[in-house]
Amino acid sequence: SRAASLLPQLLLRRRPASAGAFALLARPASSASGGLPPLTTEIHPGIKRGAFSQLTDADVSAFEAIVGGDHVIKDADEVLSYNIDWLRICRGQGQLVLRPKTTEEVSAIVRHCNKRRLAVVPQGGNTGLVGGSVPLFDEIVISTSRMNSLLSIDPVSGVLVAEAGCVLEQLDREAASQGLMMPLDLGAKGSCQIGGNLATNAGGLRLLRYGSLRGTTLGLEAVLPTGQVLDCLTTLRKDNTGYDIKQLLIGSEGTLGIITKAAILCPARPKSVQLAFLGLDSFQAVLDTYRLARRSLGEILSAFEFIDSESMRAVKQNLGLSCPLGEHSFYVLAETSGSNETHDREKLDGFIESVMSMDGCATDGTVAQDAGQFAHLWSLRERIVESLLVDGYEYKYDVSLPLADIYRLVEHMRTRLDGRVIRTAGYGHLGDGNLHLNFTTPKFDAKVLELIEPHVFDWVRDRRGSVSAEHGLGLKKSQYIRHSKADFAVRVMAEVKRLLDPNGIMNPYKVLPDE
Amino acid sequence: YIHIINKADMAASKGLKILVGCKRVIDYAVKVRVKPDRSGVVTEGVKHSMNPFDEIAVEEAVRMKEKKLAGEAVAISVGPPQSQETLRTALAMGIDRAIHVEIPLAQLEKLQPIHVSKLLAKVCESEKPDLVILGKQAIDDDCNQTGQMLAALLDWPQATFASKIEPSQDSKQLRVTREVDGGLETIDVSVPAVVTSDLRLNEPRYATLPNIMKAKKKPLAKMSPDQLGVDLQPRQEVISVEDPPVRKAGAKVESVEDLVGKLREKGLVK
Repeated sequence: SRAASLLPQLLLRRRPASAGAFALLARPASSASGGLPPLTTEIHPGIKRGAFSQLTDADVSAFEAIVGGDHVIKDADEVLSYNIDWLRICRGQGQLVLRPKTTEEVSAIVRHCNKRRLAVVPQGGNTGLVGGSVPLFDEIVISTSRMNSLLSIDPVSGVLVAEAGCVLEQLDREAASQGLMMPLDLGAKGSCQIGGNLATNAGGLRLLRYGSLRGTTLGLEAVLPTGQVLDCLTTLRKDNTGYDIKQLLIGSEGTLGIITKAAILCPARPKSVQLAFLGLDSFQAVLDTYRLARRSLGEILSAFEFIDSESMRAVKQNLGLSCPLGEHSFYVLAETSGSNETHDREKLDGFIESVMSMDGCATDGTVAQDAGQFAHLWSLRERIVESLLVDGYEYKYDVSLPLADIYRLVEHMRTRLDGRVIRTAGYGHLGDGNLHLNFTTPKFDAKVLELIEPHVFDWVRDRRGSVSAEHGLGLKKSQYIRHSKADFAVRVMAEVKRLLDPNGIMNPYKVLPDE
Repeated sequence: YIHIINKADMAASKGLKILVGCKRVIDYAVKVRVKPDRSGVVTEGVKHSMNPFDEIAVEEAVRMKEKKLAGEAVAISVGPPQSQETLRTALAMGIDRAIHVEIPLAQLEKLQPIHVSKLLAKVCESEKPDLVILGKQAIDDDCNQTGQMLAALLDWPQATFASKIEPSQDSKQLRVTREVDGGLETIDVSVPAVVTSDLRLNEPRYATLPNIMKAKKKPLAKMSPDQLGVDLQPRQEVISVEDPPVRKAGAKVESVEDLVGKLREKGLVK
């Protein structure tokens, strides 16, 4: 019917951004940077290949016997996509990709690689932002993409058990059918996998409310660098029996083992989600609004994000998205999640009244009236990374700072890089004290990088912040670990690494500095 | 009845009085589930919002006010107590006041466009609008009947599936562009008239904070079907509601012979 044919257009008009801005975009065409990114070894000529063996035909045959010929990828064109990170700032020289289906296959592969001293890179959705999920030299990529079974959901306890290759958004959909939700949400949800989320201790938009994966992961199963299977896959909420080894693996960015299964505690899916979008004219107003939000929205506040005018300009210019508010220096997204719509609306009304009567606070803003508006307003925040990529080359920084310092860093760097970059964009999880700071140039510019690093990290260190709030160290920030961790702590980490990975085959050159 | 507007130039007059219909429906982005007893769909705890075509109708009324074509815009909703929230959204978009015809829960499921149009017709008798704008159809029942029935009950002209509303050349009527199967049809209608909004009429605005606050103070009157003297006796009985059949996978064939063979197997070809 005509009616039916028009409705999809209505849906398109307010396109939900959640269907993986990452998935839709696939890889940016990088027409501005002219094709393939440079080899990572060219950008970091100081890093030397470790004393690993070379891949032989015998090795390939051994892998074929483990996963089957169909799941050993040797073709150069196919292998190339596994060598390039999502941001297209890294390109490795891996020759081989393996796609196992079971933990046993992963274990057999890793055992062989350990025996032969072949370096490997575990790879999930390859949406990491610090070059941690792709090879540097000729490491073998072990992809978890085929390990994508949801094993169980218990609607009473809320515990979800899944294989590491399950895509986050799909897990959330499955959880939704049981009245639950995944405890984390990030822009990459359409492509990222739960194994990778755990390996990077991913934060995301709702950490403010549901906490980090360190709290919501009840158990996991992993293959250690020797090939042994570590079974810590409990679904118990409380289990204080011995050292909590899974915490070592969470956030280890694939350097201590390959996570193969996870048990996650899922909160109840909220019945009522509301979103307020405000325009503000000073960062102090942003901080004041945050304080107000915590006081008046308290237990129902589920996200508090800020966006600066430069980031908003990027999504408008580069992606053609429209902003329902006028021009402001800052924009804030305040989301509430609760079990009772009437209660939550009342609280939100109270918050808005306070916000509007506060001196210098928001006078311009809106509250999403339906799911379409809700998705559109969130897309203005979730698609910032994508919009910046259109400029060409993106230098990304993710830091934790005391709240008052967050925007001082942006202004400081903007002045420092004035005239050298297309834009300096600041936005992020204000509620977590987490700033995302990005610069863009048409092509990679080593001089710009020199102006940024290590200066930005030194600035953060001097204020006792974290040089990587949630993105991890990967390749790109491993040498700055001591900016946020004491030297002895780093040495203890190195001991743990040596213990679990005596041959150093598991994702080398990442996380810990090369020493 | 007909009431003639005694104006040479509609734009220079006090403006039309517009009545806009808003229906509270399950939000279009929600995945609708059929109740296990097949009597209907699950609405408990499910996100509801204003019917998207009604949002467009509200937006059009507000724009006509901004263009000084309209003087007053009133929103009306026939529905359960929660329809008040839908009316608040309309008020927050710029509507002046609202009317809620509250339907008790027991009668809600059996409510049909015939009843709604009779209720609206009664309200038109007292409110005497110059123009009624309704969404062309609701996304829950897809009936596309209320506007047409209302026009018939009032004996007013109707212009359905509007993608544009403007004063006619002589400014004594409304010129409405309609989306029809063959393309676009432009007609002139005299007021009072019933117009139903189609997708391309406009893009509804976001409700701004100051307007959201103002909306709380705007008048919202309550009425009952009894007060309006309308009988809500259902004319139809829903026998069952089912999911559409699951799509079966197709099969690929290698040759024309295979195709014919398969068609024969299914008894589609002798």
